[in-house]
Amino acid sequence: MRDEEAVNTQFWVIQTFNGVSYGALLFLVGSGLSLIFGVMRIVNLAHGSYFLLGGYVALSVIWTTGSWLLAIPVAASSIALVGLLMERFFLRPLGFDPLRQVLLTVGFAFLFQQAALDIWTGNNFNINPPDALTKSIVVGGIYFPLYRAFMIATALTIGLILWLVMEKTRMGAAVRATVDDAQMARGVGVDTSRISMFIFALGAFLAALGGVIGGAFLGIYPGLDFEILPLAFAVVIIGGMGSLGGAAIGALLVGLADNFGKALFPEISYFTLYAPMALILAVKPTGLFGRE
Amino acid sequence: MASQQTKIMAVVAVLAALAIVIPNTNSFVILLATRALAFSILVMSLDILLGFTGLPSLGQAAYLGVGAYLTAILATKFQFGLGYDFWVVVVLGILAGAALAAIFGLLAIRASGVYFLMITLALGQCVWGLAYRWNSLTGGDNGINLRTRPKFGIDLAHDVTFFYLVFGFFVVSLLAMYVLVRSPFGRSLAGIRERELRMKILGYNTWLHKYIAFVIAGGFGGLSGVLWAHTAGIVSPENVVLTTSVDALLMAVLGGAGTLVGGVIGAFIVFGLREYLSTLVPWWQYVLGGVYVATILYLPGGVMGIPERIRQWRAVSGRAERQ
Repeated sequence: MRDEEAVNTQFWVIQTFNGVSYGALLFLVGSGLSLIFGVMRIVNLAHGSYFLLGGYVALSVIWTTGSWLLAIPVAASSIALVGLLMERFFLRPLGFDPLRQVLLTVGFAFLFQQAALDIWTGNNFNINPPDALTKSIVVGGIYFPLYRAFMIATALTIGLILWLVMEKTRMGAAVRATVDDAQMARGVGVDTSRISMFIFALGAFLAALGGVIGGAFLGIYPGLDFEILPLAFAVVIIGGMGSLGGAAIGALLVGLADNFGKALFPEISYFTLYAPMALILAVKPTGLFGRE
Repeated sequence: MASQQTKIMAVVAVLAALAIVIPNTNSFVILLATRALAFSILVMSLDILLGFTGLPSLGQAAYLGVGAYLTAILATKFQFGLGYDFWVVVVLGILAGAALAAIFGLLAIRASGVYFLMITLALGQCVWGLAYRWNSLTGGDNGINLRTRPKFGIDLAHDVTFFYLVFGFFVVSLLAMYVLVRSPFGRSLAGIRERELRMKILGYNTWLHKYIAFVIAGGFGGLSGVLWAHTAGIVSPENVVLTTSVDALLMAVLGGAGTLVGGVIGAFIVFGLREYLSTLVPWWQYVLGGVYVATILYLPGGVMGIPERIRQWRAVSGRAERQ
């Protein structure tokens, strides 16, 4: 009886830990998507591609230099550059036409897919973090993989930096103003075009960062782009579009729902994830914490 | 401006040519055309929403999926729908698509623009999640194989016979949707697309109009699913995944939204590129992606908008010459 109870507690603790760490990863992907939507009203369907490409670039860096630590900034920055160019040369000229911009991002997602296939082949790869991070720590008889703790720490750090930039700097204030009312922001002299470029690059940076970090336990393979994309959307929708705090809560909820759904009722696990998302949208189109 | 009558004549001529030429080609082309026609019904139904009502749905594959899974499950688990009862399955497929749309519509219709896009995406993912995970019913990732096509007097296992059946369904669907968009109801949908507030003020129940359009589109989606199941011979989560919905949307835009036949052209271009070009060159997806990007950047009206673009360009250059 006592044993059963112990196993039970262990199950809940481990699943919660896994859910939270998965949520940490989803925060990296979702926060960028949310900011892009908030500032530009664009549903970026190439966001999953940034995640996947980030992982691939990191692999190349690791293969050539052997340094995992170097792979993180290189991958994230190069994908940020891709995002920046895409925004400047393709999305910007369309002006304010969300549907065409959305369709354009899909066109790019297909192009990225093919490029990834050509450069990195169709094989499954794993990004191996340094040995120091692959150990486990034992707390109360339960093994916690150190890498998942690292993911949580990374997301917390990034979240904190983002929050500080958004709340405490002039740039952050301009971004928030653009999210609330782009026209008004332009009227008072905010350069929304530059803000858009900056946010798009930042979103790509965060997604690619997620790809490098998530590649260690999700793997890197063709098709991952469109698997991670709907999850990122779930984060954004639950959290509210354009809201950083919302994205954090959304990521946590989606991470936990995904983990417990798969563990408790595997046959309908995705349904239990997306049905609440649809319901939330139906009741409050701007998401739980989004501003009207 | 070509008159409506010439346009109809052109469409009829192209359809007649298709019906005569396709069966005389090889089996690869016949199957490709059958696939494109079956999928075209879905794309046209999406065009009713996107082009005629202004609702960009990103979850239209769900309705194809419901029709296809229904057909596959009835055929493999109950041996139903493989004889004359195929026609019952057709009706059931349409009803299932419409019923699903009736439920989803209640949630989705309130939203508009990008929010509509997001909510239909979420709803589509619900269906995908069930198809992917509900192993005992849907076969999970492997999907369901249909071993035989129906046989009732005529044997649909014969590819040309099956092509004519799908062609027949396609023509009837095209006609039905054409009548729909030309009807007073279709006109009010266009009014909603242009300016919903004005239609509301004029006393139209715009919610109900959009809802009915959504349900009708779902019904046609279900029909296209029934045909798709027997065309492909396999139904899998691939048919309801986000990228299939995206495909349908891009086909509609590629051909020209708000034209019905544009979606058919889009479907033929994409299926042609994907299945024919992929046998020739390994980098076919660059062509497909490039075509999408170029269309969206330079041809907002799609393929059907090309004549208009040429006229504009001529008018501009003509004026420049006179000056």
